[in-house]
Amino acid sequence: MGHRITLRVNRERWDLDLDPAETLLEVLRGRVGVKSPKVGCERGDCGSCTVLLNGQTVRSCLVLGVEADGAEITTLEGIGADGLAPVQRSFLEHNSFQCGFCAPGVVLSAVELLAEHPHPTRHQVQEAIAGNLCRCTGYEPIIQAVLAAGEEP
Amino acid sequence: MSGTVGRADRANAMEDLRHVGRPEVRIDGLDKVTGAAVFVDDLDFGPDLLHAAVVESPHAHARIVSIDTAAAATVPGVVKVVTGDDFPFTFGLYMQDRQVFARDVVRFVGEQVAAVIARDPRTAREAARLVRVEYQERRAVFDPLEALAPEAPLLHPGLGDYPHVPWFFPEPDSNVAHRRRTVRGDLEAGFAAADVVLEDTYRVPRYAHCAIEPHVVVARQDHAGRLTVWSASQSPYTQRHVFAQALEPLGLSHQDIRVVTPYVGGGFGGKAGVSMEILGAVLATAVRGHPVKLRWTREQEFYNTYQRQGLVARLKVGARRDGTITALEHRLFFDAGAYVEYGANVVNAAGLSATGPYRIPAVSLESVCVYTNLPPGGPYRGFGYSEFTFGLEAHMTRLARAIGMDPVEFRRRNAIVEGDLLPYGAHMNPSGLHEAIDKVAAAIAWGEEEAPQEPGRKVGKGLALFWKAPAMPPNASSASFLKFNEDGSVNVTVSGMELGQGYLTVMAQVVAEVLAVPPDKIRVETPDTDRNPYEWQTVASHVTWSCGNAVRAAALEARDKIFQVVHAAHGLEEGSLYLEDECVRCDTDPDFSLPLRDFVVAGIETPDGTYRGGPIVGSGMFMPEFSSTHSDPATGQGGHPNVHYTVGAAGVVLEVDPETGKMVVRKAALAVDVGKALNPALVEGQMTGGLLQGLATVLYEDMRFDEAGRLLNPNFTDYKIPTAHDIPDEVVPIIVEVPQPDGPFGARGMGEHTMIAAAPMVADAVEEAVGIRFTTMPITAERVALAVARREEPDKWVST
Repeated sequence: MGHRITLRVNRERWDLDLDPAETLLEVLRGRVGVKSPKVGCERGDCGSCTVLLNGQTVRSCLVLGVEADGAEITTLEGIGADGLAPVQRSFLEHNSFQCGFCAPGVVLSAVELLAEHPHPTRHQVQEAIAGNLCRCTGYEPIIQAVLAAGEEP
Repeated sequence: MSGTVGRADRANAMEDLRHVGRPEVRIDGLDKVTGAAVFVDDLDFGPDLLHAAVVESPHAHARIVSIDTAAAATVPGVVKVVTGDDFPFTFGLYMQDRQVFARDVVRFVGEQVAAVIARDPRTAREAARLVRVEYQERRAVFDPLEALAPEAPLLHPGLGDYPHVPWFFPEPDSNVAHRRRTVRGDLEAGFAAADVVLEDTYRVPRYAHCAIEPHVVVARQDHAGRLTVWSASQSPYTQRHVFAQALEPLGLSHQDIRVVTPYVGGGFGGKAGVSMEILGAVLATAVRGHPVKLRWTREQEFYNTYQRQGLVARLKVGARRDGTITALEHRLFFDAGAYVEYGANVVNAAGLSATGPYRIPAVSLESVCVYTNLPPGGPYRGFGYSEFTFGLEAHMTRLARAIGMDPVEFRRRNAIVEGDLLPYGAHMNPSGLHEAIDKVAAAIAWGEEEAPQEPGRKVGKGLALFWKAPAMPPNASSASFLKFNEDGSVNVTVSGMELGQGYLTVMAQVVAEVLAVPPDKIRVETPDTDRNPYEWQTVASHVTWSCGNAVRAAALEARDKIFQVVHAAHGLEEGSLYLEDECVRCDTDPDFSLPLRDFVVAGIETPDGTYRGGPIVGSGMFMPEFSSTHSDPATGQGGHPNVHYTVGAAGVVLEVDPETGKMVVRKAALAVDVGKALNPALVEGQMTGGLLQGLATVLYEDMRFDEAGRLLNPNFTDYKIPTAHDIPDEVVPIIVEVPQPDGPFGARGMGEHTMIAAAPMVADAVEEAVGIRFTTMPITAERVALAVARREEPDKWVST
């Protein structure tokens, strides 16, 4: 019944026996113990479970754990492991979150955007975070933070 | 001021603030930006954790004939199956009209009738499907006006026996759970004196809070009998109290129950009071020793927590040609849902204040809480005010136009000022309403025509006023403890909840101001009812004001102790001492500067080797001792139910595509009189976020039910909340500061107020742009396009 997979989570190797029905979100939270990807809707609508899979954002509630075999997964815990990333500092300075529940996913969407477009336009920022629902901030402080992070040398 | 500046004078010197009034970085910021922030769902409980799933009613109104749990109980992995017979307990915040599990009768689709506890969530869910419930359907009613008809099905034959707070007036043998009347002045004479009297009906649908974190609870009753509940809640102490009331038959009291609330992933009222958390509390008692976890799915989040209540509002306002409002009659019929234990107080709040922030000599308000077979209504950011302000502000604009007056000038003429009589007879608090009106009008260039940014589109503007008071029991209170650490840092405990609004940071700023310790050296803990002192609830936009006063009192007490210790050790007059830069300093001895970290735990050594002082701690509390709900039930006159009102204005520049109905908010301006912005960045954060939440209620969202009372859009695909694409091009937050005399540093609450004016200002702008007056929310692109195509007023309701 168990499917053996190997994946790396925030640069640590994990060898796991999975039930094939387990989602990557369940694997990360329940097996690996990484809690920043959140359970928000379990159907890909809200983006609070966003993680980077080989550098690309995915909704980990829509990816099966077995599909992540061999993948490099990065969560918010891995972004700041060596000190705050510029985008994290920018989020702090711009008051870009309130309750903080969506923040892990939003930050990862911003990380992906800035890796591809180091100096994004406002529209590119809006597009990049359009899959992450935030009920608190009205988004403007998030957009400002990502734009500011993109302006850093 | 004399040469020796006393410490009390320093504390009150508003112009010399070092930490209050500044955009300090959030003290929870690092937790939230690194993933360190722990929410209830993130807590680990070990291998004996059990998971629960509930069995839900498929009917809006039915008698439960039988429940067969046998098949579910035999599923491997199932530990226990329970029904209402196991827990025949009632509960409720203001009126005990709910049962933990429905017994005998179900009253809305999705109501819990049983639960399965299993070793993993999937087994619990699958076994729950095997519970067989036989129902006998009853006639259901979904519209509040239909529910008032004599032939309507009666939802609560036991209404007359439900315990409730003394300010509710239920009407047994009807579906009226509460009726609030507020009557002042001669209404007939007022309408007779008017040159124009305008009457219309406005309708507002139900809305969902949509916090991104679903409700979740974990509870464990240990083998010694103690019950601990970890919940995503705005109200740890109120939860403990409601649990203690409900579980009293099990021999549990407040001392046996502990509620712990880590960070909460958004509340907006939806996590106030007690909803699904009661299930966690009772289920834990069924499997003693085990923690039991229940997390709502997103679908359950929509249909089995509080919803914002629907409203049918009948409004009649008269005015003279000179622009004076002479009389107002506002009859509010709230679709309060199947249980109103919390929602009835929303209705009550509206019934005290549905005049809006206007000076009106003759007023008749009637606010009716009507049971329907829809999910329980309850608190939602705005607490009744958003609901009635849609119609009220539309009416003000229409009335102004009817007498040929500019709608903003009309509002200026009638806007309430300090000292004016409130609807219930008390007097208005200090208010910067006129400043707010003027600044918003300037921000949106009121009265100036603007060209659309794209050809073919039409531009309209709208401006609306709002007010809101905290809706609280008269003795709602806050308390705080604080202690110093060896390094001069401070821990503060409170039981208000950090919902994202920045409460912990603002409390730290208040302490920082009094104790001259920077906010980043002040840790403010989230609640644990075993350790943190009392707070009523984090609702009503009251904690900055109420808990801010408690925290300030705790800091002042600690400061007094510091001065006493320094006096005892050094002989300096207490009145000459002050705190600055983490040191005690002295007006009469400029060389004296004693760092706090040197003595706030260890004490101060004297020449003979003995010590003075010891660990410095402080405690403080606040209760508004002037508040009272005692009033004449027929008129609402005589009491002082509301502590104060926060007022403001908002305006919008809206661009409408008449063909597609698509609306773009070019600019939205919002001015709130916050008394004193303790942290302007956080205040602006509330404005930007709350404004969008309000715009969403008019532009995008509403709950849709089918004819059987089933919610049709219980997910984010079909209930569309705004994304980063759906925001105004520009938001102009405007802080007005007319101090609240009894607020900490002059502050009053402002979190809920940010969304109240959004809907009416959009309705006005749409009318100006395309000439159509909507009297029903929401005003979606689809409805605008259809109305334009048909060239008709969409909301000409046949009066019922």
